[in-house]
Amino acid sequence: MILFLIRKILWAAATLAVASVLVFAALEIVPGDPAQVMLGINATDDAIAALREDLGLNKPALERYFSWIFGLLQGDLGKSYTYSVAVRELVADRITISLPLALLALVMSTAIAIPVGLYAATKRGSIADTTIMAVTQVGYAIPNFWLALLLVYILAIWLQLVPAGGFPGWDGGLVPALKALFLPAVSLALPQAAILSRITRSALLDTMGEDYIRTARAKGLSFRATIWKHALRNTMIPVLTILGLQFAYLLAGTIVIENVFYLPGLGRLIFQAIALRDLIVVESAVMMLVATIILINLVVDLAYLWADPRLRHGRP
Amino acid sequence: MRTMKKLIAAAMVTTALAPVVLAGQALAAKTSLVMGMALEPPHLDPTAGAPAAIDEVVYANVFEGLTRIGSKGEVLPALAESWDISADGKTYTFKLRQGVKYHDGSDFNADDVKFSLDRARAEGSTNAQKALFAGIDSVSVGDANTVVVQLKSPAGNFLFNMGWGDAVIVASETADGNKANPVGTGPFKFGSWVKGSSVNLVKNGDYWGTPAALEKATFRFISDPAASLSAMLAGDVDAFANFPAPETVPQLQADPRFKVVIGSTEGETILSTNNTKPPFNDVRVRRAIAHALDRQAIIDGAMFGQGTPIGTHFAPHHPAYVNLVDRYPMDLEAAKKLLAEAGHPDGFKATLKLPPPTYARRGGEIIAAQLRKIGIDLETIQVDWGVWVPEVFKAKDYDLTIVSHTEPMDISIYSRKEYYFNYSSDAFNSVIEKLNATTDEAGRYELMAQAQKIISEDAVNGFMFQLAKTGVWNAKVNGLWENSPVQANDLTGVSWSD
Amino acid sequence: MKQFLKTAMHNRSFATGIVITCFIVLMAAVSFIWTPYDVTNLDITAKLKAPYGSHWFGTDHFGRDIFSMIMVGARNSIAVALAAVIIGVGIGVPVGCWAAARGGQLDEVLMRGNDVVFAFPSLLSAAMIAAVFGPGAINAIIAIGIFNIPVFARLSRGAALTLWPRDFIMAARAAGKNKTRITIEHIIPNMANVLIVQATVAFALGIILEAGLAYVGLGTQPPTPSWGKMLNEAQTMMSFAPHMAVIPGLAIVISVLGLNLLGDGLRDVLDPRLSRKRD
Repeated sequence: MILFLIRKILWAAATLAVASVLVFAALEIVPGDPAQVMLGINATDDAIAALREDLGLNKPALERYFSWIFGLLQGDLGKSYTYSVAVRELVADRITISLPLALLALVMSTAIAIPVGLYAATKRGSIADTTIMAVTQVGYAIPNFWLALLLVYILAIWLQLVPAGGFPGWDGGLVPALKALFLPAVSLALPQAAILSRITRSALLDTMGEDYIRTARAKGLSFRATIWKHALRNTMIPVLTILGLQFAYLLAGTIVIENVFYLPGLGRLIFQAIALRDLIVVESAVMMLVATIILINLVVDLAYLWADPRLRHGRP
Repeated sequence: MRTMKKLIAAAMVTTALAPVVLAGQALAAKTSLVMGMALEPPHLDPTAGAPAAIDEVVYANVFEGLTRIGSKGEVLPALAESWDISADGKTYTFKLRQGVKYHDGSDFNADDVKFSLDRARAEGSTNAQKALFAGIDSVSVGDANTVVVQLKSPAGNFLFNMGWGDAVIVASETADGNKANPVGTGPFKFGSWVKGSSVNLVKNGDYWGTPAALEKATFRFISDPAASLSAMLAGDVDAFANFPAPETVPQLQADPRFKVVIGSTEGETILSTNNTKPPFNDVRVRRAIAHALDRQAIIDGAMFGQGTPIGTHFAPHHPAYVNLVDRYPMDLEAAKKLLAEAGHPDGFKATLKLPPPTYARRGGEIIAAQLRKIGIDLETIQVDWGVWVPEVFKAKDYDLTIVSHTEPMDISIYSRKEYYFNYSSDAFNSVIEKLNATTDEAGRYELMAQAQKIISEDAVNGFMFQLAKTGVWNAKVNGLWENSPVQANDLTGVSWSD
Repeated sequence: MKQFLKTAMHNRSFATGIVITCFIVLMAAVSFIWTPYDVTNLDITAKLKAPYGSHWFGTDHFGRDIFSMIMVGARNSIAVALAAVIIGVGIGVPVGCWAAARGGQLDEVLMRGNDVVFAFPSLLSAAMIAAVFGPGAINAIIAIGIFNIPVFARLSRGAALTLWPRDFIMAARAAGKNKTRITIEHIIPNMANVLIVQATVAFALGIILEAGLAYVGLGTQPPTPSWGKMLNEAQTMMSFAPHMAVIPGLAIVISVLGLNLLGDGLRDVLDPRLSRKRD
């Protein structure tokens, strides 16, 4: 089991390393010069050259790559070209919006989906089940940004119940901040909840068909007790897989949703930095996002260990 | 050259550049104001950068110069209480205001003025407008409250120049930190900057002049037109000096909560053409394009009716403006005939590079549709400013592009060598040369008229419309500028009525 | 085939899905030869009309007929999503099969390569691709295609691994066929069902992703109509022209719904073993 753990962690580290090379290489070939963009068209060629020197852009790519990586390892994400502040500060500001948003959406979708999915499975074939299946079928065909647009139109512009967007900052108190994240989280969560509840339903049905469950039932255990004692844990394996995937998807989804609700999240920072050719910000911010996703995948892998004792021994 | 600043200012009107964001909160209390801006400044030191967004946050609010520009473009005293000009017009003696303190508590005096002006015109200066200071021969300190500036030759606009954001007075101790933590003498102190979201200013309690009515001012950065509208409707933002979504203006006008002020800018919005690149090097092709443009449809479609058609590169509100809109009336037959004469009876293919502002992106789609009718097949390419500047403006690697030139009185760019239009006309150059040497107004207007006619005759660019300025603010806010003689959001006189 | 359709049409998901999908495809196909109005022709005087007699879905801010744009947009959505699926299948399946056939270190490396790709959300890779090559439909295809590769690689690897120990494969090996040949002749045909089902799902997801990319301005560029771009343009006009936002959104939902139903139905029909748990 320890071996399994170490192996997983090593692979995660290797994945990160490869990802960092990809990100760096991609931005090496992006056209446009950050020095030029910063100084505008008034700048003389000398001034641009001086600024390039100053920013360290004239050093060989390999040297810049390694200084970036060593910086990252020491927690130094570099300094933004355009803002002249530490990238860490910028990223820290933004990730405290993107991450809670994705988490909130994940919690919402799980809180909705698992009970609904379990309920549908236990009432399999009933009108309730059929209705849930139909609604979720439509639900996961809805693009989250379109749902967001409709919600903004109905709740914010038309009924004026909630703010149309924006973020007051965590300093402004927990309640206004959560309020600002509510609609974005709902838009992200609902389509995901639709998928997750279908998966929960079929996972439970699957498990209920297994021999050991039949045995338990045959031994006289009540339906409810069987589910609680035996079926749930096995149902959680596919659900966990999807949760891991969903979190990555939600984190990426915040990029679009941030657009609709004008939240200053990580996605917008990346888009903005790409437009301004603030490459160091793009590199570091993308790496943070990628690292988060890899970390989540690692956590999901570890969660398997909990859910499936068989995995604790030998190779998955 | 101030064009970039102006171009970026133009971008502000309608930009959808990188998604810049804001953080919104409930409606502002009566002593705070949230001002929406399309672009976020890269830093906050107006003496070290071109972007108009810097001035739009700090000018007159945080930093002050010897003089300041008022809402109608007039020169007013600021840190200089008064001044004397020598008989030969070359020596300016400024009498400085006393008892002025910087936000960090240190005193303002004549040494700071000398430091600021010398710093701006020094060899390695990073000031974006060094030309403003080029005429200065020397700056000397008379006493603590007197500064003498010696010019190389008389310059009538010197006092106006000293009112620019690039000429504000900074203290030597804090000058280097002004990018992140601006320390000035103005009625507002820098509070905080949430990158990507907002800059907060707070009232300066020790201000030398009339204190500001606002306790707190916030500049929120929202580049997305849709988000701007939501922010305005939701009350998250109290005012936009340049509202980026013209299509929503009727809705805002109909809403009693808002006041909408539509003015004109100095922005000639044109279909810039690469005059040396075939087939655009043929004047018949350029004239054909001019005949194919339906300006009113562009204004209605892209700007929802806001904007005045132009036929040359000159602001319609200027007294010397010549109306040349009808020089090339919309006439598809004439356009096709000209194309055929030029050897393109079946039209040709070309590219149209579109920077982020709405006027360009939407206008570009309309123009592509209009030119398709005469057989010109345009591929529209959307570009960031980050690509537009080096590719189009610097390297001139383009066929057509759309941009609004918002510098006042900028017709002389057509005489510039190697400007991105690649236009060169001896006749035009000699008119501009004469103009520069002419001082009497009637003579100047006559020459300006000639210049306008020459570029119209040569159909250098597709002249489309004068960009409108759309200010939108809460009807209870008083004292915001209705016009923008300089790029600024002067909040010193802003207050709320009940 | 006839028999297949007969059984399949008894499956409600399949029947509904195939009808919707055929309708969308038909709409896209018809748009090549006929649309009610020319979508490249702007008529500013007729802008922002709500749905009525001659414009069934109304007009947009340039006075273009939205029904015609939806038709042409369908073409665009289908093209991008289909091409992305082809990239995913074309690269993912060989990679997955190869990994399964060789096993060992190679398998491990290929599958970890998949993890790297998985770590990049498609929107992020699209943004970077757009920064390097400029935004456009082709880059949307690449970004979504890259996202599809690991999906198909994992699926085909898993399927291939279950097939290799089977008797008929063993027989083929005993007959002296090499691994590549076995993969092509036996493995891939036997996993076709699973691949078809997954391709349908990936197709649906591709439509949503394409719309998302176009919505943030990284996808299909004007003047080509695209559903996501239409939503982007509609955003500031929602308060006075809600039809501009509602109609393209519905088009996306209906197409995706159709494809998902088709995928579910196919799974039931093609693979009864799997359908057990789904009713």
